Amino acid sequence: MSDLETQEAFAPGTAPGEGIAFEILGDAEFPTADMSLSIGPAHPATHGVFRIVLEVSGERIKSATPVIGYMHRGFEKLAEHRDFRQIKALVNRHDWLSGFSNELGVALAVEKMLEMEVPDRAQWIRMLMAEWNRILNHLMFVGSYALELGAITPMFYAFREREDIQHLMESATGGRLHFTYNQVGGLKVDLPKGFMRQSHGLSKLLRSRLPDYKDLVLGNEIFQARTKGIGPLPADVGLSIGVSGPTLQATGVAEDSRVTEPYLKYGEIDVHVPVGENGDSFDRFYCLLHRIEASLDIIDQIHDHMPAGPVNQKLPKMVKAPEGATYVRTENPLGQLGYWLESDGGRTPWRLKMRTPSFSNVQAIPYLMQDTLFPDAISILGSVFFVVGDIDR
Amino acid sequence: MMESASVTAEVIVAQAVSIFDVGDGFVLPVLIKLVFVLALFFVLPLVGGYLEHKAMGRMQARRGPVEAGPFGSLQLVADGIKFIQKEDLIPRAADKWVFAIAPGVALVPAMLIFLVLPFGPGVFALDLELGLFYALAASSVSVLGVLMGGWASANKFSLIAGLRAGAQLIAYELPLILAAIAVAVQAGTLSLVGIVEAQANFLIPGTEINLWFVFPQILGFGIFFVAALAELSRPPFDMPIGDSELVFGYMTEYTGIKYAMYMLTEYAGMISMSALTVVLYLGGWQLLPGVPLPGCEAGGGLFDCSPVGVISGVLITIGKIMALVFVMVWFRVAFPRLREDQLQRISWLVLIPLSLLNLAVITVAKVVF
Repeated sequence: MSDLETQEAFAPGTAPGEGIAFEILGDAEFPTADMSLSIGPAHPATHGVFRIVLEVSGERIKSATPVIGYMHRGFEKLAEHRDFRQIKALVNRHDWLSGFSNELGVALAVEKMLEMEVPDRAQWIRMLMAEWNRILNHLMFVGSYALELGAITPMFYAFREREDIQHLMESATGGRLHFTYNQVGGLKVDLPKGFMRQSHGLSKLLRSRLPDYKDLVLGNEIFQARTKGIGPLPADVGLSIGVSGPTLQATGVAEDSRVTEPYLKYGEIDVHVPVGENGDSFDRFYCLLHRIEASLDIIDQIHDHMPAGPVNQKLPKMVKAPEGATYVRTENPLGQLGYWLESDGGRTPWRLKMRTPSFSNVQAIPYLMQDTLFPDAISILGSVFFVVGDIDR
Repeated sequence: MMESASVTAEVIVAQAVSIFDVGDGFVLPVLIKLVFVLALFFVLPLVGGYLEHKAMGRMQARRGPVEAGPFGSLQLVADGIKFIQKEDLIPRAADKWVFAIAPGVALVPAMLIFLVLPFGPGVFALDLELGLFYALAASSVSVLGVLMGGWASANKFSLIAGLRAGAQLIAYELPLILAAIAVAVQAGTLSLVGIVEAQANFLIPGTEINLWFVFPQILGFGIFFVAALAELSRPPFDMPIGDSELVFGYMTEYTGIKYAMYMLTEYAGMISMSALTVVLYLGGWQLLPGVPLPGCEAGGGLFDCSPVGVISGVLITIGKIMALVFVMVWFRVAFPRLREDQLQRISWLVLIPLSLLNLAVITVAKVVF
């Protein structure tokens, strides 16, 4: 039917523009079909193979369903076939941005089962490395979150800083990503000569550069317009879902196992836990950025406390944990990391169950994305900080 | 119909004389002008792009391109050659014809604007009496190519991006044109050369001090520049591309030379919008308000120039254009992206009322003085 015929069918025998009456049906809304939009598995905002299926009406999201498992590598099962000293090289790969913190959790679990005393110096060095690793991780998210909101520059700044930290950690551990520096009973080797001086200098340098991030990202009006009030998470919902780390602290809950259940020597120093108020994207990012500052404070305290002494101890040829089970939780950069380690007295663990922060954090996404706009979904997705390997394991 | 067409044909005639109008023939000047416009169209965006690469590099603690050509200056040429070599993919579900011509529909209007842009005394292809109208009209055709590409890609991200681009154009066309009208009112002409001349001769009422239009119309200048950024989908208004949300917006499915055409459209748009801003607000090829060019006689020291005056005029214009391109790059480095509804709100609730106010004030002032 041509245009002219259509017009005549609507209003036969009238002049154009006259007498065309539309009957409005229903509740006067123009009915449109919803679209299902698959973000990922390969999408710039998911940094990894994470997928969310959105049901969108225009740009408004009706529901969001995370689809996980594209990166399942079976670490829990693999760990059952490695002995207790070898699994640290597996676990530093599930959250590849916090390798040191992951292997620390496993080392602590095995040591707890063996009831082993770890030398003081090793504990302090572990803390120092864990805090540097935390900053390394957080800088990545500072950069990538800004990038997801369209600001490209913070990413380059963050990577400049990350390069310095990786250089520092490499000088002690030999690794840039998978450090494998922990050992059951201590550390692989002592710190190299001059490490403390470098660490001190780097801490000062980072402190001088942190205001840049606050001005460029946190203080930016557009950044605030994009994040304030977006995806608010009430504390009770957050707790019931089981989020942790900056995502939980943003809701105002100052839960941090470094404070509430200190491990290593965290009980002997001051640990500041930044908290937010509304639990929105802005608060999540605020907590993340201020955790860097808190970590720098901790690092400075560690510099003052670092004792001399051995960093490891002689181990038997085969480390065998006694029969039984234990659970160790540590404050990983992204939140609470727990290892449930069960041994039947053999040379390998009978079961290693991981409770990873990213897995719990992404459970909040369907709640947060309900009835938001599509660009806000990206703002939420980036602010619930997660590593895909840490979700799928 | 015939009458109105002939009237239009009478209105659009060359006004000032271009330096390319050599000899009495028809073919030679046209050929020279074509070469001139094409050279500008292909060279200036490359210069702007190189500036962007280097300025962004410096601001982001890195060096920018260094390998291709001296100081990496041929990086974009190398990129262009790479794009030509790439496979030209058309998605199976795409609307093939629309998909194929969409980059061209975006590119050609961007090229046509260069016909009327004056770069120096006599250095322009055409001086239309309706030059400003023509430039703004041509610039708004480009979005059609974006919409077509977004629709024809058969990709949900491209579709959202195309619709965003359409909404953005409608919202920002209005403040852009309203701001430009205020300039036309103050200058009393729509000819771009005429506007430059009017700026060279504009004196603060009651004094002998010469001023560019940016000073009385600082509000209009801001509105025009912001709206131009939005028209070009440059950050912080790059929602139609939105690489973290929409993968690469309407360009997601494009590869090779078609993708390069979209990119060239963006960079040519940066140059032409900057050039329009320079002509409308920043005094064209005048170095400073009230300073005549060396070797120029008429019209406030900007016309009837010796070769020295012509060359210095062109250099001054290009310098000003690059300064504005630098500001655009600066915005890109410093700002995150706005959300689509925030963008619309800024336009309808802030920019349009302000541009109407600007127009009213300028019109009243024009009548009073």
